[in-house]
Amino acid sequence: MENNTIIVDHIEVALEGERNLLEVIRKVNIELPTFCYQPELSIYGACRMCIVEVEQNGRKGLMPACSTPPVPGMVITTNTAQIRKLRKITVELMLANHNMECTTCSRGDDCKLRQVANDLGIEKVRYRNIVQPAEIDDSSAAVVRDSSKCIKCGNCVRVCREIQSVGVLDFAYRGSDTVITVGFGHGLGESACIGCGQCLKVCPVGALTPNFQIDPVWAAISDETKVTTAAIAPAVRVAVGEAFGFQPGEVLNGKIATALRMLGFDRVYDTVFAADETILEEGTEFLGRVTGGGVLPQFTSCCPGWVKFVEQFYPEFIPNLSSCKSPQQMLGSTVKDVLVTKEGLKRENIVNVSIMPCTGKKMEAKRPEFAVDGNPDVDYVITSTELIRMIKQAGINFAALEPSEFDMPFGEGTGAGVIFGASGGVMEAALRFAANTLGYEPKCEQLRGEDGIRSADVTFGDITVRAAVVSGLANARQLMEDIKAGKAQYDIVEVMACPGGCVNGGGQPLHEHHLDTVARRTKGLFENDVTLAHSSEENKQLVAMFEEHFGKIGGHKSHELLHTTYVDRSKNI
Amino acid sequence: MSDNFAKVDAIVKKYDRNPSKLIGILQEAQEVFGYLPEEEMTYLANQLGISPARIFGVATFYAHFTLSPKGKYLIRICDGTACHVKKSSDIIAALFKELGLNEKKLTSDDGLFTIELVACLGACGLAPVMVINEKVHGQMTPDQALALVREIKASEGGN
Repeated sequence: MENNTIIVDHIEVALEGERNLLEVIRKVNIELPTFCYQPELSIYGACRMCIVEVEQNGRKGLMPACSTPPVPGMVITTNTAQIRKLRKITVELMLANHNMECTTCSRGDDCKLRQVANDLGIEKVRYRNIVQPAEIDDSSAAVVRDSSKCIKCGNCVRVCREIQSVGVLDFAYRGSDTVITVGFGHGLGESACIGCGQCLKVCPVGALTPNFQIDPVWAAISDETKVTTAAIAPAVRVAVGEAFGFQPGEVLNGKIATALRMLGFDRVYDTVFAADETILEEGTEFLGRVTGGGVLPQFTSCCPGWVKFVEQFYPEFIPNLSSCKSPQQMLGSTVKDVLVTKEGLKRENIVNVSIMPCTGKKMEAKRPEFAVDGNPDVDYVITSTELIRMIKQAGINFAALEPSEFDMPFGEGTGAGVIFGASGGVMEAALRFAANTLGYEPKCEQLRGEDGIRSADVTFGDITVRAAVVSGLANARQLMEDIKAGKAQYDIVEVMACPGGCVNGGGQPLHEHHLDTVARRTKGLFENDVTLAHSSEENKQLVAMFEEHFGKIGGHKSHELLHTTYVDRSKNI
Repeated sequence: MSDNFAKVDAIVKKYDRNPSKLIGILQEAQEVFGYLPEEEMTYLANQLGISPARIFGVATFYAHFTLSPKGKYLIRICDGTACHVKKSSDIIAALFKELGLNEKKLTSDDGLFTIELVACLGACGLAPVMVINEKVHGQMTPDQALALVREIKASEGGN
């Protein structure tokens, strides 16, 4: 009787194409501890936490569930005295090489090592603690590495290589000297790191964390001479609540606005305003390229990781990048310009703080072209995670807050701007604008979906726009190679470095099963979209600002404030 | 520098630009340059479509590769079982002292000497053994080893 099942802890389970025992075991609601297993990455099998007893053809042995393919007839036992003992020893050995300054570790409660050690009831490590010296690499504005906390699971190495095709980190040396490093004695800040922070999302410990900027933000808030503004990116509103008992995808901009005022920000704005601003400029630029014989395809430029990726690996495509600044940088320069000219504030007394789902935005804000006489357009960038921490520091009971509105004029936003936070959103917003401008119905859902590369021909009368949406830079690299080889032709391409877009940014709260979380956050943004104005040119505050302040869309003033240039960085990598 | 890049190009071509032949490529590069210089290795990484971190990882994993220039004279001292029993450690200590070296710093400041400690040279009958460049010196004593090194120094115009 050959049937396609296996037994897991006395329960018969049907095999449905699972790649490994771990997936089968999860189906019967057993969560084995793992450090090095990430479903979207290659199997590494290093941590040995998922060992199970496998009985097959009368033979019995211990196997790592993550790297053992299921075979019909297997009998699996996941929990025996021997397995519990071995798991404990494994974790103790990790702890023996781990810097256990847990109370002062910036990873805080999210540390998986601490969690597993607690779950296994490890109260004492029987081995001598030998820790590699703490070499803190804070050379990158985006991500900080602390080698003394690294457990060498290699997740960061694989995510950077396999998902982002950047490969900035790798193992070096051997045996007990093994480290994960950029190599040749360099820090992340001097490397090809694009700042996406996907590495810290898969890091089970505090070896990789965002480069926190909470302290200077508090300092700016308490400085009476400064007007401190806060602006939240689209993807932040569907994620911050997760730390306070809300579901991923619940749109909480009202509560966040209230919390930001309670933290002491003088103005509370919405980056969605600048997303709409981006669409007007970038959409106009695109229509100009199409009708004026400009360089195509046009690539979006909202994602700083993608921009640096092009500058480093595909400098010949720099002319294809939209010259538009990202929404973060547009808002920064617009806010300072408007507050100076309209309210007579001094530029150096305005402190713009953006709250982003993204660690790369920290690097972007530091680019020298985004400053006027050394004064940056965006002074500080904090991630969703850091905002959560500030709310907790202030003791604010977030869940109970009454929602409030953003401050005008930079508080209005359309649905088109809100969906910027998810892969495909920028494209859809641009297509809505193009449809409206050309006099067609702005229903442009062709490019929605979850695949890493999606494409469609979008037709407006006799104009056909060949559009592609990409997320994850390994996918982007594939698309670029296809374009170079003439295998793919597009007119406009949206790229977001993080798989699924900004909702999955390196600055977002961390979750065990983050792919599901990403889908729910995305859904939240699209549900919010339908409750708001549909297209960016319906943003009344924005249109008024163009009329009164900037003049023409794509005109002289907007070029000065809202557009930028790029640098060939291919020599430096 | 472009000369060196041309040398890298030649090696890469010989190995069909195949990153899975990295170890052979690095061996050949080390023969050409004497070590694995960073700038050339970064260039090599770009040519192979892999990251510099990968090359650094492979180069540091294998003891055979070196990331810093080696001395004109490579002194390999055997510290395997037979040589160790015959007090090779005294020879090592004497040469370290003479050349101002230690286990972390293995190349002398004048760039003349690099000491490499090896586990076996396959000449246990001659223990303790020391090899200077390709020449084997058997049944060494600390004094004989020092004499050899001083002789080389003198021939190189040193003191």
